[in-house]
Amino acid sequence: MSLSTQSLSPNLPPDTQREMLRRMLTIRRFEERASDDYRAGKIYGVVHCYIGEEAVAVGVCSALDRGDRIISTHRGHGHCIAKGADLNRMMAELYGRQTGYCKGKGGSMHIADFGIGMLGANGIVAGGIAIVTGAGLAAQMEGKGGVAVSFFGDGASNAGPFHECLNIAATWKLPMLYVCENNMYAAQTPAAATHALSDVAARAAGYGIPGVVVDGNDIFAVYQAANRAVDRARSGDGPTLIECKTYRWRAHTERRGQPDLRDPAEVEMWKSRDPIAQLEHQLREQGYLDDTELQAVERDIMGAIEAAVTFAEASPFPSPEQATDDVFAA
Amino acid sequence: MRELTYNEAAVEAVAEEMRRDPKIFYMSTDPIGPLLREFGAERVRATPITEAALTGMAIGAAGSGFRPIVDWRQVTFCFVAMDQIVNQAAKIHYMFGGQVSFPILYRAAVGGGGQVAAQHSQSPYSMFMNVAGLRMFLPSTPHDIKGLMKTAIRDNNPVISFESSRLMTRKGPVPDEDYTIPLGQADIKREGSDVTVVALAWLVHEALAAAEELAQEGILVEVVDPRTLVPLDAQTIRTSVQKTGRLVIADEAGPTAGFSAEIAAVVTEDGATFAQLKAPVKRVCALQVPIPYSPVLENHVFPDRQRIITGIREVLHGRRSTAAA
Repeated sequence: MSLSTQSLSPNLPPDTQREMLRRMLTIRRFEERASDDYRAGKIYGVVHCYIGEEAVAVGVCSALDRGDRIISTHRGHGHCIAKGADLNRMMAELYGRQTGYCKGKGGSMHIADFGIGMLGANGIVAGGIAIVTGAGLAAQMEGKGGVAVSFFGDGASNAGPFHECLNIAATWKLPMLYVCENNMYAAQTPAAATHALSDVAARAAGYGIPGVVVDGNDIFAVYQAANRAVDRARSGDGPTLIECKTYRWRAHTERRGQPDLRDPAEVEMWKSRDPIAQLEHQLREQGYLDDTELQAVERDIMGAIEAAVTFAEASPFPSPEQATDDVFAA
Repeated sequence: MRELTYNEAAVEAVAEEMRRDPKIFYMSTDPIGPLLREFGAERVRATPITEAALTGMAIGAAGSGFRPIVDWRQVTFCFVAMDQIVNQAAKIHYMFGGQVSFPILYRAAVGGGGQVAAQHSQSPYSMFMNVAGLRMFLPSTPHDIKGLMKTAIRDNNPVISFESSRLMTRKGPVPDEDYTIPLGQADIKREGSDVTVVALAWLVHEALAAAEELAQEGILVEVVDPRTLVPLDAQTIRTSVQKTGRLVIADEAGPTAGFSAEIAAVVTEDGATFAQLKAPVKRVCALQVPIPYSPVLENHVFPDRQRIITGIREVLHGRRSTAAA
């Protein structure tokens, strides 16, 4: 296991760095709108927000190619947007409309876009790890240098599929990244109460693969770790376990009355380490961003989200009879 | 016509399909020798004993353009993979709005008779029939397993091949030429006009033996083998019962919420068939217990030809109540 040091600004083109900021901001604004609309009764069921963890999805996905495949969790909006999903179809899915990614059959917890290698948000903790490991096996058999990324939380790291899949991936040298988003809580339960070790990445030693702990709120640290792991995977050297220490700002779900037992001082401390503010600061320091540019990015994002809501609201609901479509493929 | 065992016919189906389509690969905890020799370790993969991971990996590989086959061996071993079967494989196509298909074959041996006790003997197909999004079959002959398995491998959905442990070494004619059998098509294994016996797998053979014995008495038994459980060929079953007016269902599983209950419902909820029923429907099933080890206990638990005969006699003497008339 290695501990990455505080990242320095990497040797990335300014446009790439600004794009990272734009994607992180898009995730945040999308979810702010989704939770507002959820509270307004326009979005149903349950919504889990990723706010505070944006650097993980964007940092990792910035190291991927379009043809690489990822899988997400119940907290999946961030991974969708980071991989390039269409906001209109995402919002329409949240609104339960026919034009949504899943034609209104999935909702917030099940958005997928196989066309961009996003194999779906998954409502079962640890449920996606084996599926995406199969995508890694497919990439290896295709022999075109593709990689696959499993995003999962600290909670999933204690479930059986984590062990089963890391063992297989290490044994078969699958081109995989296992990215643990350690936000320190499995729903309400603190990780310290359910983990014998403080670092999930330490378990990599048991599989003979690299295990890396990074500051999950530092997008350059995440990006650099992911980039190394992607290089290793593409070279045929097998998987890497990357643990991103991060924090979710909001409660486990947006449900009204959802308990949040965390110490408010802890929440505030993590908000002071806002991954977006940190990147913004670094871009300004490098002279890659000024107020005017930032305002333009914000305007652009808010316009896209407003357009997504308009698209969703203008879209028809599925007809009731469509409930029986797509149980089986043709 | 040449004869193959049930197991040989299944392996031949896999081998033929693997020759035809390079996207097919096979995962099991111990590779099947002839497949490994022909196709190599890349396509016939020896895996850790991790049915949950294999079941899920097949989904991801299928969604990425491959056509995996996962051999669970004993069906009881797949219970550690229930999340991947029920929450993932069965739902993923629907839940994601049908974006891509997931062509997967899962293989599982079912039934009892081997004195291997409860954790290696079970016929739990009705648990899976209850889950929307899975197709499944349970053949009774080498001919049928080969044809159905080839169709299943070409199907674009997760399909479970339930295979009868008792029939693995049983021989039967298998044509040399290429053929397939569609899913959802029952087969009338013997025609008769007095009573319909709907039976699965090993009990098809027991029902045929029962029919042979009763023919000496002039009782004409029709034996219907559904072969596919999902989709179920309800029409063939209803048509047979409309003809005979009497129905016995023979199943190696217990009766509770089972395949036999589904067949009874398929027949009785259909007005045209119900109108022709001359006697109450009779189920001849395993006792509703975990399967025990000792042969004395195990034999007591499972139905056989004698119990099928008893069941047939019961429905032949049975009458619809006329109290309400």
